[in-house]
Amino acid sequence: MMDIQIPDISLSAIAPEITLTLTAILLLMLEVFAANKGRDHLGYLALGGILLAALLTTRLVGDPVSTFAGSYVVDNFGTFFKLIMLLAVGMTVLMSMRYNEDNGVDSGEYYAMLLFVTVGGFFMASGADLMTLFLGLETLSVALYVLAGYTRTRLASNEASLKYFILGALSSGFLLYGMALVYGGTGATKLAQIGTAIAHGQVSAPLVAAGMLLMLIALAFKVAAVPFHMWTPDVYQGAPLPVTAFMSAGPKAAAFAFFIRVFAEAFPAMQADWWQILWLLAVVTMTVGNVIALAQDNVKRMLAYSSIAHAGYLLVGVTVASEAGVSAVLFYLLIYTFMNIGAFAVVSVVAGKGEKYTTFADFAGLGFRRPLLAMTLAMMIFSLAGIPPLAGFIGKFYLFMSALEGGFVWLAVIGVLNSVVSVYYYLKLTVYMYLKEEGSAVEASTAPFSPAMAVALVIAVYGVLAIGVMPAGYLAFAKTAFLSF
Amino acid sequence: MNSIPLLSLVTFIPLVGMFVIFLIDRENRGLIRGVAFGTALVDFLVSLPLIFKFEPTHEMQFVEKIDWIPQFGVSYHMGVDGISMLLVVLTTLTCVICMASTWEAIEKHVKEFMILSLLLETGMIGVFCALDFFLFYVLWEVMLIPMYFIIGVWGGAARIYAAVKFFIYTMFGSVLMLVAIIWMYYHQHEVTGVWTTDILAYHGLAISPSAQMILFLAFFLAFAIKVPVFPFHTWLPDAHVQAPTAGSVILAGILLKMGTYGFLRFSLPMFPDATLASVEWIMVLSVVGILYGAWVATVQSDIKKLVAYSSVSHLGFVMMGMFALTVPAVEGAIMQMLGHGVSTGALFLAVGVLYERRHTREISEYGGITKVMPIFATVFMIVTLSSIGLPGTNGFVGEFLILAGSFGEYPIFTVIATSGVIWGAIYMLWMFQRVMFQKITKKENENLKDMNLREMAYFAPFIALIFIMGVFPTPFLKMMEPTVVNLIKQVKGEAAVAEYLPAQREVPQAVADGTVVVNDIHNSRL
Repeated sequence: MMDIQIPDISLSAIAPEITLTLTAILLLMLEVFAANKGRDHLGYLALGGILLAALLTTRLVGDPVSTFAGSYVVDNFGTFFKLIMLLAVGMTVLMSMRYNEDNGVDSGEYYAMLLFVTVGGFFMASGADLMTLFLGLETLSVALYVLAGYTRTRLASNEASLKYFILGALSSGFLLYGMALVYGGTGATKLAQIGTAIAHGQVSAPLVAAGMLLMLIALAFKVAAVPFHMWTPDVYQGAPLPVTAFMSAGPKAAAFAFFIRVFAEAFPAMQADWWQILWLLAVVTMTVGNVIALAQDNVKRMLAYSSIAHAGYLLVGVTVASEAGVSAVLFYLLIYTFMNIGAFAVVSVVAGKGEKYTTFADFAGLGFRRPLLAMTLAMMIFSLAGIPPLAGFIGKFYLFMSALEGGFVWLAVIGVLNSVVSVYYYLKLTVYMYLKEEGSAVEASTAPFSPAMAVALVIAVYGVLAIGVMPAGYLAFAKTAFLSF
Repeated sequence: MNSIPLLSLVTFIPLVGMFVIFLIDRENRGLIRGVAFGTALVDFLVSLPLIFKFEPTHEMQFVEKIDWIPQFGVSYHMGVDGISMLLVVLTTLTCVICMASTWEAIEKHVKEFMILSLLLETGMIGVFCALDFFLFYVLWEVMLIPMYFIIGVWGGAARIYAAVKFFIYTMFGSVLMLVAIIWMYYHQHEVTGVWTTDILAYHGLAISPSAQMILFLAFFLAFAIKVPVFPFHTWLPDAHVQAPTAGSVILAGILLKMGTYGFLRFSLPMFPDATLASVEWIMVLSVVGILYGAWVATVQSDIKKLVAYSSVSHLGFVMMGMFALTVPAVEGAIMQMLGHGVSTGALFLAVGVLYERRHTREISEYGGITKVMPIFATVFMIVTLSSIGLPGTNGFVGEFLILAGSFGEYPIFTVIATSGVIWGAIYMLWMFQRVMFQKITKKENENLKDMNLREMAYFAPFIALIFIMGVFPTPFLKMMEPTVVNLIKQVKGEAAVAEYLPAQREVPQAVADGTVVVNDIHNSRL
């Protein structure tokens, strides 16, 4: 006879997730009323939900709480990722308001979808069980497929959505297959139990190894690591700009959370096997991303390749997998969220209605036509390139430092040389903005930016400067985020 | 010593001026220029006490230290010794002159230009004062952005190529240095158990000779590109020629000194074994640089390019002096660094004066300018002679000390290098003859206006320095000597500088007998 056990459930531990879900459902319901169509206040409602969730999330900083029979764990590691997600989604909502109005996007569902992506990301950051992680990933992915194709009238957007869906579904298949093999090999779905089983050698090694490899492929797809990156440029270029901005930061952070959790918690005993694969993946990803970015003439696509390169830098931290390596990844993702969304936000202002102006030539002379806007973009770009005193520098510094600490000297050398290569295409944008004579695109960026957009840009500038000049506080937080793991 | 954070003031006053300019309306150019010039002037005045309050020891002075990123052991640590203090004052002075020289030269985007110039000034001063690796690296890279824009926005026809090349070339050099710094950071933790990025903690750190060599090469690349040492010099003619006058002055006067300063502050004291093992091939590169720079300068048809290549030659002397590792040679190298800053800065200003009037830098476009611009001709002559190294000017002191100090150790290299002095006279005087003497052949040159009061005013400090440093270099040498002696002690050990140390341990017999006075040995080297 079996007793039905009711697992311990701590609702306060998932209060942020509940808040976000309820806000999303509320948005869906309000959207039905015609009076709310195309109005900003749905955006402000979404923002309210995000702020409340952020408040609730910060209250969870501290000792780890394990709930739902150990399938969900709220620790500083997950909390840090959740805060990154919230930052990303908050900035995205701010930059979306104007964009949606200009492009005739129905706001309610849009914001609801963004929030669903975030909830999915939360589950990926806190999942301690393969099932929870998978459910989180699917929630996130399905909502993202919809968002990528949200501007229905643009052909590129439809194409992006379809491509993303087909390849994404394929990678989910890999992931599930891998999970099944790991389960078959270890008899457990909880990460901690899998880890213990492998450490004690009570497993069928070939099954686990094959499962790990399949999961690695799926995760490499999600973080857009070469050679699983093919979808990225097309999807990033085709998706609506705010969605692209969001995708490049929020879901990417969630995928890294998933990645690190699985490899550091379930497979640490096999590090000798997987570090070489990851090493190669990191090197190839950053090199290919940077080299192809050199040849782009569309800013959106250039940023897509640059985000592939940045995934390569982040993989350095995952490869090292030490305490420093993981907190360097957390820290870099936080910075990356500020600077990448900031850069995309400026691009979306310049691009104007229907995203007409996104080539380099459209940015010619921007520096003196719209000094503040161009200065913001220049700061984001220099930060992405890793020039001090902007935050991107200290982020890379910490990443490569962790690589050297772990003895990966060549990985660090290849990394810094790669960032020199990246300087060339980042500079190209400043060349167009400041160094070229004012070009043909004078009519381009006359669109004023909305107050909400201004707030988003101020947040980005603040992040890039504050973390760059005074990183101590943020670093301290990133460091505690690993310890409670 | 005093509670005023003098170095922070000197470093960050330009930044304050920058924010003020940020708030001024862009059409109000007079005010923008005034504020920029005023900021630079105030900064120069504030930096003067550094000279007067400086005590001639090798200790770091005016030290400030505050925790910055405690997790990494990074602190905001500033301080100057006998070498960096002089470079700081040279920087503040050069910036005042540059601001004055741009009054009419820069017409386009004045606001942005001044903002970038002041940001650059903060970066440059900071690099010389930084005593923390992290702080140093941040400021070292910070300088790239404003210089990139100054060349790229206000430069000549090929400015974009020159600016991007400058940026990427320099950045390439410095990132490998960054890896080396981080490697040392962990190594130092292993040895001492303390996490710190304090530069002074790395002086005398025990590193195996083979590791030293790799680290030395990583640092060498960064500094050699900045100096530039042959064959890493190719960015320099492009950048110098394309940059606006003020940009060229700052590039030649200050930025090139960052590289040589880097050798003195990092490479020599931190990697003594590697330094001693590398002297020979660095000597070869220096001598090649001296001669190659001079020869290429000789055949230039563009005045600015000629001056740019002359820098390659002059910096070859500096490299040679530094790595000869005798007290006179290193002192000579530092004098040459200062002297080159003054005389090449002035040369670029002179070229700028001509360029503002004729908008060409081709030597063949000029000729007979002496007749229409007599005051300018005098100034240009003085500057030219100082660049050649005529006795009585600053150029002579540096080159003489370098050659005299190197001869004992490396006679053959010194003899070859000395011929570079002759080549210097050839290309400079030949250029001067073609530009200033002979008959006026071009109609446009007949009505050129001579220098106005503003132009004379900004040349005056350089001219004065040329003579002061040339005739009476002792105060400068006295200020740097303890630092230089200490530096060579760090590299070669105490024996190499025994004659310069206070005679406390081993008093030579002759001295004890009173037949030779210690001071005589000390002074006789001049």
